[in-house]
Amino acid sequence: MYVIVVGSGKVGLNLSRELIAKGHEVTLLESDRRRYLVVEEELEHAVQYGDATELWVLERAGIQRADLVVAVTGDDEDNMLVCQVAKEKYLCERVIARVNNPRNLQHFKLLGIQPVVSATDLILRLIEHEVPRYGLVHLLALEEERLEIIELEVQEDAPAASKRVADVALPQGSLIISVLREGRGFVPTADTVVEAGDQVLLVLDSGLEDQITPVFAPD
Amino acid sequence: MFVLIVGAGRVGSAVAKRALAQGHEVSVLDEDPLSHERLVEIEGQTWEDAGGRFTVGTALEVDALIEAGVQRADVFIASTDGDNTNLTVAQIVKRRFGIEKVLCRVMDPARAAWYSEQGLHTISPTQHAIEMFEQALAAEQ
Repeated sequence: MYVIVVGSGKVGLNLSRELIAKGHEVTLLESDRRRYLVVEEELEHAVQYGDATELWVLERAGIQRADLVVAVTGDDEDNMLVCQVAKEKYLCERVIARVNNPRNLQHFKLLGIQPVVSATDLILRLIEHEVPRYGLVHLLALEEERLEIIELEVQEDAPAASKRVADVALPQGSLIISVLREGRGFVPTADTVVEAGDQVLLVLDSGLEDQITPVFAPD
Repeated sequence: MFVLIVGAGRVGSAVAKRALAQGHEVSVLDEDPLSHERLVEIEGQTWEDAGGRFTVGTALEVDALIEAGVQRADVFIASTDGDNTNLTVAQIVKRRFGIEKVLCRVMDPARAAWYSEQGLHTISPTQHAIEMFEQALAAEQ
């Protein structure tokens, strides 16, 4: 696979090293001359000097035959535009962008850039997993399919506690897919009784969380 | 017309003053509070007294754009000193707020040409300079 990596900071450099070690062909692009000279000592011809938001720099790096473009600079605008041009002008099928400021996530989506990786967002999710707020944990979000999988802990006074799965009032577009009880997980049937303290996994259409949370964790 | 200008440098502030003098409603957004100084002195009036608006904030902050009045804008001008900021914010306001008249300054002629093919109204001072130099050169011969 031929990969163009844009930005040779810690993320870009380490990523390039790993890809090269796995046998992929890599060109790393760096626009800061001093950083380029440092990286060039190690990567030699695999790193090129230039601003990847300029078309000729991408063309010199062989964007026309790239299988994947990864934009991981510290600047969200640069990452967005490099990926947009790679996709729309050079028809590169796969791009991955780094989002530095989670608030810019919406802009990446608006311009059709995905998938995106946001370290801040990942850490926030880990914190959510360790310290669940309202007992709700986002396990997986399938953006394209507009589906989510969430985990909730059933509280004592929850409407769902001590009810059969069939009798739990859930909004259309949501389903209990698994129950975790005493360290063991199982797929419930309509007759399974949900108990306080259970952890339930639900699959749902994006945006239904607010309706589902009160059923299991009303506080 | 309500004109929203992001980036009050030499170009942005000059266009802002001209538009206000022509009777348009003008709002300017810039991340540097000091850029406001470029806007004062319109026939002895301050920018605000003359009817202009000024908001401090960066172009990609949706809240700042809204505060500057993006939802009412008829014309949007991206004239910061960064091509990438201009191209990004221009596309965002066009798609998100449905502004039809979006003008975007792009120094890099190659990208100005490509984004223009994609339907963005780009203005490239560099391209204009190249053409003017070429014309001046041709006139010498």
